[in-house]
Amino acid sequence: MRVGRGELIAGRTLLIALMAITILPFVSLLTTALHPSGSAPAGISWPADPQWGNFVEAFKVANMTTLLASSVWIVLAVVPISLLISTMAGFAIGLLRIPGARWLLLLFVFGLTLPFEGIITPLYFLARQIGILNTRLAIVLPLIGLFMPFAVFWMRAHFANLPGEITEAARVDGANTWDLFWRIHVPLARAPMASLGILMAIWAWNQFLLALVLVEDPTQRTMAGALGAFQGHYATDIPLLCAGTILILLPTLVVFVLFQRQVIAALLQGSVKG
Amino acid sequence: MNPADRGGATRAIPDARVAGLGRQRAGRTAWIQAVRRRHVVGWLFVLPALLFYAVFVLQPLALTIEYSFYRWDGVGPATWVGLTNYAAVLSEPKLVETLFNGFRLVIFFSLIPVGLGLVTASVIQRVARGRLGTLSRTVLFLPQVIPLVAAGIIWGRLLSLPGLVNQVLASVGLGDITRAWLGDFDTALPAVGIIGIWVLLGFCTVLLLTGMTKIDGALFESARLDGAGWWPEFRAITVPSLRNEVAVCLTVTIIAALAAFDIVYVSTGGGPGNATAVPGIQIYILAFLERQVGLASALAVVLVILVLLVILPLQRLSRGDA
Repeated sequence: MRVGRGELIAGRTLLIALMAITILPFVSLLTTALHPSGSAPAGISWPADPQWGNFVEAFKVANMTTLLASSVWIVLAVVPISLLISTMAGFAIGLLRIPGARWLLLLFVFGLTLPFEGIITPLYFLARQIGILNTRLAIVLPLIGLFMPFAVFWMRAHFANLPGEITEAARVDGANTWDLFWRIHVPLARAPMASLGILMAIWAWNQFLLALVLVEDPTQRTMAGALGAFQGHYATDIPLLCAGTILILLPTLVVFVLFQRQVIAALLQGSVKG
Repeated sequence: MNPADRGGATRAIPDARVAGLGRQRAGRTAWIQAVRRRHVVGWLFVLPALLFYAVFVLQPLALTIEYSFYRWDGVGPATWVGLTNYAAVLSEPKLVETLFNGFRLVIFFSLIPVGLGLVTASVIQRVARGRLGTLSRTVLFLPQVIPLVAAGIIWGRLLSLPGLVNQVLASVGLGDITRAWLGDFDTALPAVGIIGIWVLLGFCTVLLLTGMTKIDGALFESARLDGAGWWPEFRAITVPSLRNEVAVCLTVTIIAALAAFDIVYVSTGGGPGNATAVPGIQIYILAFLERQVGLASALAVVLVILVLLVILPLQRLSRGDA
């Protein structure tokens, strides 16, 4: 396919400009973080004496070890449980086609449109009532529920598109539903489960509203929730705030760059499939 | 089967009543039982997911609806007030403005990213099919994976008085219009919107690009053989073929706009005044700072309904035309 020279230049210029606009905020964040703590740097300027120590300082004042542990705790509680129960549900709805499967799917899909703010107020009173307010469980349990619409929808799409022969062959061999699920379909579903797991881990890490409302102590929150609190405390020390922000968003960037394909595929197919 | 045969069959029953039919019946019941058991087992597979969803999503949703009919400070006794809270949401200027702000954000979070995403995707498809295309896909997608709180903090700096935006404006001779973009009544909402564009452009571009790979390449070939430039091709082939993907993009981004919270909370907190108060922020303020749980819940119900009202027709459109 041939494209004119003028268009080639114009198009590529546009792309490079868009990339620059996307990257510049990150660059500005980095240069600001390297200025002396307590100063008020303007725009983008490389500091005369880059203060790499700011990262160490931010790591200490933000209590980063505790925060990391808290976030990892939340992710490790939310992701495996969500993965397991959404895969089971997707299997039953998409493959076993139990009676009422259509309605179940519709019920879960409805949840895809539901803004978190629509339920945050009762969640607070609910958490208080069952005594988990201000504990990590107050984030974990609702988050599992809130992930179900996307997770079930996503796993159902996988199971609904599988050829029926695999299941029939196993049934003929006398496998019961439990064996069928664990021995045959979970191993086959490893790829979509991996994408879903990565995605839910990023979402849990980034979850802010639940952390803000349900957990007062930043050291019991998700990373994004902790960042919100950190901003409140260090709004005046801008280089330190920027250093802390970098530390908190870095893991998501690393995960994204490492698992780019899965993340993009999961995000996109999840919204197109079905 | 004709009536005579059926008659014969009924007549035959007495002879076979002892063993044959009984066994047949037992076989059928066993089969039905097996299917039933399989269905029960199937439902057991759904149960844990359904339970979490019901307890932590559907139940709170029902409670939101219930709260919305009461006046309640979250501590003392609640008073039934009927539709008063809804009347307030739809008539109190402060709250009505909140809803309008939500829809104004749709322009920035949804219409601009989808429009610009269409252009970007088609440009990548035409002039950057190699490494540049892959690179720009990755780079543009980056803001989508970082916490929105971080995006808010980063842009809060960029849009501040000594921030990069003003630095760039001053350097190109536009020093007169520099200001604290997020603190100015006229520019705060569009400034928040720009953060949304930055976050969502990559998502839209990549999603639309995926859709473009499904378009029959022969369509592009023949258009280009006819010497069609970028614009005719864009209008006649790209946009019409991507109707489905555009609908998906609009759906996801409109929900992001109407339900915006993190970015607004961190960058402006709803201010200055009420300038960037969107429904999500207002619900939070009403429920947890002003202790007007009933009013907050009514606003939440209105938000849920508004999202559905905007989203549902979009689904029809994309499916009907696909």
